[in-house]
Order: sequence, then C-alpha cells, then structure tokens
Amino acid sequence: MIEIHNIQKSFDGNAVLKGITCTFETGKCNLLLGGSGTGKSVLLQCIVGLMKPDLGSITFDGTVFTNNKVNIRQEIRRKIGMLFQGSALFDSMTVYENTEFPLKMLTPEMTKEERRDRVEFCLKRVGLENAGNKMPSEISGGMKKRVGIARAIAPNCTYLFCDEPNSGLDPLTSLKIDELIHEITHEYNITTAIITHDMNSVVEIGDHIIFLHKGMKLWDGDKETILNAEVPELKEFIFSSSLVRAAKRVDDEGGLQDVLDDDPVRAK
Amino acid sequence: MVKTFGSFLLFLQSMLSRGERFKTLWNRTIDEAILIGVDSVFIVSLVSAFIGAVTCVQISYNLVNPLIPKATIGYMVREMTILELAPTITSIVLAGKVGSSIAGGLGTMRITEQIDALEVMGINSSSYLVLPRILASLLMFPLLVILAMGLSIMGGYIAGTLSGSISAQEYIEGIREDFIPYNILFALIKSLVFAFLISAISSFKGFNTRGGALEVGAASTGAVTNSIIAILIADFVLAAVLL
Repeated sequence: MIEIHNIQKSFDGNAVLKGITCTFETGKCNLLLGGSGTGKSVLLQCIVGLMKPDLGSITFDGTVFTNNKVNIRQEIRRKIGMLFQGSALFDSMTVYENTEFPLKMLTPEMTKEERRDRVEFCLKRVGLENAGNKMPSEISGGMKKRVGIARAIAPNCTYLFCDEPNSGLDPLTSLKIDELIHEITHEYNITTAIITHDMNSVVEIGDHIIFLHKGMKLWDGDKETILNAEVPELKEFIFSSSLVRAAKRVDDEGGLQDVLDDDPVRAK
Repeated sequence: MVKTFGSFLLFLQSMLSRGERFKTLWNRTIDEAILIGVDSVFIVSLVSAFIGAVTCVQISYNLVNPLIPKATIGYMVREMTILELAPTITSIVLAGKVGSSIAGGLGTMRITEQIDALEVMGINSSSYLVLPRILASLLMFPLLVILAMGLSIMGGYIAGTLSGSISAQEYIEGIREDFIPYNILFALIKSLVFAFLISAISSFKGFNTRGGALEVGAASTGAVTNSIIAILIADFVLAAVLL
C-alpha cells in the first residue's frame, strides 16, 4: 500500500499540487484520473522520486520514502517498476536486453541462466516471446508498451507505475494493454498506479479511482460508483467523452445491456 | 554563470556518489572507449597526417634563408606537432565528433525518459552513463594524441620528400635534433585535461537537456562550442604553468 499525505508542489510560485492525500491499495489498479495539467504526472514523479515534493510524505508499506536516507530510498526504488508514457526503452539494446537490464543491475546474485529464464518468462507473459532479438525501433507502439511492462515486472516489482499506458495506441491495443496491466496486478498482488484520462481504462480496470482537478483530489472511489459521483468537475470530465454520453443515452433508453452483449471485443 | 558552474560541480559530485559495481563500470568504460577511441581513429589519422604535411610544406615555403639548415624543417614540424598541433587540434576535432555525440546521446536519453527509467530503477544515472564516458575519454585521448603525433610527423616526411622540399635524411636529422622528452609528457597532460573537459562539459550539457529534438540539437552545439572554448583556455593556462 502506498500512502500519500498532504503532498504539495509548486513551480516558480505556481502551486501544481495543493495538499493531496490519498492511498494506493495493494492488489488493485489505482487510477489517477484527471484532465491535462491537473498535476497527475507531477504527483507520480514525486511518488517515484524523480521530483521532490515541497511538503508532505509518501509511505511505501509503512516505510517513509520522502526525505529518508538514500539507502532506504534506493531500497524502495528497487521495488518499483515503471511504464513510461513513451515506453523509455533503451534504444541501444534489444527487447531481450531491455528486459534483462534491471535484473543485471539490481540482482547481481542471479546467474545468467536464471536471468534468461526470468526474461523469457516475462516476455512470454506479455506475449512477446518471439520478439527478443528485435530493437525498439523495429517494433510497434503497443509492443513497446509490452516490453516496458516486461521490463517493469522482471525484477519482481512490488509497485507498478504506469504513465498514460494508452497514449498513442488504437482502442483495441489500449484495451489489451489495460487488461495486461490489470491481470499482472491481480496475479502478483502488486500495487499499481496508473495515470490516465482515458474513460475506457476507467471502465475497464478502475479498481480504485482518484480524480484530480487543479492540483487537488476531488473524489475517489471505484468504477461502479464513478458515474453517480456528485462532483460537477468529475461529471463534466466523464461526460465530455462522446462514447460515455452515447452509452448513457442508450442506457437511459434501456438498451445498454443489449449493446454490451453485442460487443465484439468482449465476445472475444 | 556562477550558478551553472556550481551545477556542473554538483553534477560531477553526483557522478562519484553511489557508484555502480566495478564490473559494470569496467564493461561500460570499454564500450565507450570503443565508441570514443576506436571510432575516432580514422578522422584523427586523416586530420593529423594532413596537418603534418601542410606544416612541413608551409615551413619549407617560408624558410628561404640558405644559412638555415634544411633539417630545421623537420625540427619545427616535430616541435609544433608535439607541443600544439597533435594535442590541441586532435582535441578540437574530437570535441566536434565525441562532444556532440555524447551530448546528443545523453540529450536524447533525457527527453525520451530513458534517464528517468534508470533513476526509477534505483540506478545512479550519472554514475552509470557519464562516469564511463569520462574514463573512456581519459583512456583514449592520450592514445589518439600519440597516434596523431606519429602520423603528423609521418605526413610531414611524406609531403616534404615528395615535394622535394627536404631530403629524407635531413628530415630525420631534424626530428631527432634537440629532442626534449618532457614535451611528450606535456602533450599527454594536455590531452588528459582536454579529454576531461570535453567529456564532462558535453555530458553536463546532454544530461541537463530539457524539451524536445530542438533542445537536443542546441545541447550538442553548446557542448561543442563550450568544449572548444574550454580547450583554448586550458591550452593557454597549461602552457603558462607547465612550460
């Protein structure tokens, strides 16, 4: 579990995070939802230690991360896996080497054979068992995201952070990536935090949703309750999606279940 | 200016704290040594051979006094090459090739979040990415300068003898005349200082790139410009202090 308490961050006097307090629960996909410029990425960067908050504390399973000793912070960081928005694969390494990299660096006690087994397992888990020899420049955006996930889970991470995992992907690939993250979260009982502004992800994998607006947390709950939330900003955000509006219209007319039953993606 | 210099010193300090394992550092340094050193052999050879040749031809063109022995041409080529041309010109060429490559590479890694990925994994990115580049430069620059010295003198020999400006015997007599071994040491010290300046400045510029592709280009240009200015200042300071 990750506990965030009163996180504040400003840039040149401009407050971006205004005292955010929330919890990311273990074994759940915790979604940080909000429009552009609401502070989602800054919050995530504070959590993973790429940015230092001005005030507040972040605790990973009872161990304070902010302002703690370097070796304790390092120890926590080694339990973190992260999928970046642009995948951030090392472009001088193959898919296999990218996945192997954290194992090589973080677990020197592993033998070459153990590393190979783990890499092969992770690549198979994300459905890329035949792409090990390819360079990042030779694979598609969706495959890059998968490699990013494989690299993140390779060292048995306890915490998985995903920065807009669907950005730049078509809806079907987005759905597959969402499902993969959701499965991995439940399979390994890890704490997953996902930045998104994609309502498809909310509906698909939103076990726990935190809505940010102008640097503040306005609402948290789950995908079952989000549509009934009485927060005007959240409502405006949700119903700015044409698909959600259309679904609501169909639902109001009593035909949503029929539409869902005919959904070819779900049928697969 | 002072703030930037302070940031540069903090950057160097961060590189030395929380270092990676020796094996990792060694492997990374060897990889970088190949990129920085081996891949630069061709351009350094080409530039130094022609500089030696041109130096010889121009000295012989200016040396018209019959009282001055022809062997002086060889002597002057050797002195100019060892003291100035080989270390400084080679370093300026390498500032363009290696400096822009380091800054561009690190800048691209920064804007594509690859450096952030290292940091999130708990790896000291400056130690992992920058220290090997600096060590590889310190290792390879003196070797390239020694190569440049040899090829410059060889270039002078070939140009001088082929153009008929000087006989082979006179040239060899000249390059052996009043040889001061300390000059070689001086040139190698210069090459080490230049290696550090080029690799550290370029890494600093690349590592601190923010923005997009345009900023990566600007970082590369800035790295080359600043490295060359640093080389010229250091060249003067070293000559004043060590000679």
